[in-house]
Amino acid sequence: MRPAALDAPRIRASDRRFGLLLLAPSVLLLLLVGLFPLVYTLVVSFQQITLFEVDTSFAGLANYRMLLSDERLWESLLHTAILFSIALPLELALGLAMAQLFLERLPGRQIFIALLVLPTVIAPLVAGAVWRLLLDHRYGPVNQIVGWLWGEEAVLLWTVNPLLVYPAILMAEVWQWTPFMFLILLAALTNVDRSLTEAAEIDGAGFWLTFRKVVLPAIWPVMAVALLIRGLDLARIFDVVYALTGGGPGTMTETISIYTYVLGFRQFETSYTGAIAFLVIAILTVLVVGAVKRMGLAR
Amino acid sequence: MTEAGVHARTGTEAAAVPSPAAAGIERPARRLRPRRRTVVLALRLLAAILVTVVFLFPIYWLAIMAFKTADEIFAYPPVWWPGSLNLSNFAVLFRDGDWETVRNSLVLATSSTAIAMVLGTFAAYALERFRIGGENLAVWIISQRMLPPVVIVFPIFLLYVALGWVDTFHGMIVLYVAFSLPYVIWMMRGYIHDIPIELEESAELDGCSRWQILWRVVFPMARTGLFATAVFTFVFVWNDFVFALVLTRTEVVTYTVQVTHYFGGQSNFWAKIAAMSMLGTLPVFFAVATLQRYFVRGLSMGAVKG
Repeated sequence: MRPAALDAPRIRASDRRFGLLLLAPSVLLLLLVGLFPLVYTLVVSFQQITLFEVDTSFAGLANYRMLLSDERLWESLLHTAILFSIALPLELALGLAMAQLFLERLPGRQIFIALLVLPTVIAPLVAGAVWRLLLDHRYGPVNQIVGWLWGEEAVLLWTVNPLLVYPAILMAEVWQWTPFMFLILLAALTNVDRSLTEAAEIDGAGFWLTFRKVVLPAIWPVMAVALLIRGLDLARIFDVVYALTGGGPGTMTETISIYTYVLGFRQFETSYTGAIAFLVIAILTVLVVGAVKRMGLAR
Repeated sequence: MTEAGVHARTGTEAAAVPSPAAAGIERPARRLRPRRRTVVLALRLLAAILVTVVFLFPIYWLAIMAFKTADEIFAYPPVWWPGSLNLSNFAVLFRDGDWETVRNSLVLATSSTAIAMVLGTFAAYALERFRIGGENLAVWIISQRMLPPVVIVFPIFLLYVALGWVDTFHGMIVLYVAFSLPYVIWMMRGYIHDIPIELEESAELDGCSRWQILWRVVFPMARTGLFATAVFTFVFVWNDFVFALVLTRTEVVTYTVQVTHYFGGQSNFWAKIAAMSMLGTLPVFFAVATLQRYFVRGLSMGAVKG
């Protein structure tokens, strides 16, 4: 970035008017889709609107009090946290290992990289559907492969068995997004100054020491952004779960996004959904602001 | 490094995808003794092949499912290589009109991308060159992308019911444009930043009006950035599920929603799921194949410069 003093010399009044004209349509649309929903949700969350009743009188914090005793809500947050805390480190570790594998000269390197992009650009819903095909207990190949390794026929009910539903969702999730981490980290590793790592090696530092002291600080800014993007997506995870388990069996894999959807569009608990929406926004804001500060991304 | 259009031979599905990522910036292998170097290289190649096979297998499986006959789909043990190139699964989608959901996705993604690119680039230009609103406005805009779709879509649904916009093309396009704008503005701001301001200044001295500078200098100079951002925006809209699930009924159902219509309690329509997913996925593969070296910059929201 150039220093601001050099960049913004004198912005004329006519430039400003032109700039406002250019900005106006975008800002109006963002207010409509960004700000209006927030304000509206805030208002209804203090009312008592349900499928059967349109009670717009002020209900105070009644809906927010309900949050505290809603076990299904806290379980859905726990489910989201489980997926988040397993998938994110796994995607990072696998992506980093793959980036290391493809960093140096390798025959057909570009072909491999081009092919590894593909899972990341598929619609998450389709990724879920694909894994439904793969994990089908009878007609899917995964149980067949497990059977070969196990030595006898395996009948694993991936989307029904309580012990297997999380591994099933995680497989789909990690399969789709590890290449995302891989591509970004590969680009970051490629940009690391080669002379620095060579100097460290000459000084007798091993692979791990060089990685921790030289490579990691160099790739950290990019890695932090990748973690932030993936972390946000994982906190809002919906499509893959919807396609694979629909939140089931029962509510075992219901994430916060799925629960919000069920409340808002299956049970039409309008006002209570508003309160949950605000809880979600509050949690995400705290997480993002905290992450940005801790990762040293703030300018 | 050439922009190798690589043909992915994964059974029946062949997508041409050129090199994304850091094209051409390879590193020489570490200096080791010759024999050991060959062994290490062979091991790395083996690992690379293994990793690629594992990651592509699900896509391969989707592709062969789409071409399997009903007998092959419900064969036990599963069939790993279909006996013939059976197109009837696709034919059914076209006969019953299910393919129209792919057309809907195409209409929505194309028009929203076009509108978002124009409006977003205007806004990015104003933010970058005229510093309107300072950093605060820019941060507010990007923070719009943080909101969970499920949370936004709920009040939007109520608003659209009141306006009569549910299940309409214009309603969906307005929403997709608004949802794409933060990404477009954020990315285009970076690309416009890379254009030397001197070009605009000399155009101004030559007597160009502001609109002429925008159309004749800024847009052409930023064309690769425009193109890369447009492809990403297209893919985001194309792959959307939550908005379409909530806001469409029959008229503008998109292909992702259509796929879920084939999920059944006891029996799933595997052939339709696979064929529809294939129809919806191939355009994305082709779109991404055109991106080349801008892929990582777009994917990382500009954290990695191309």
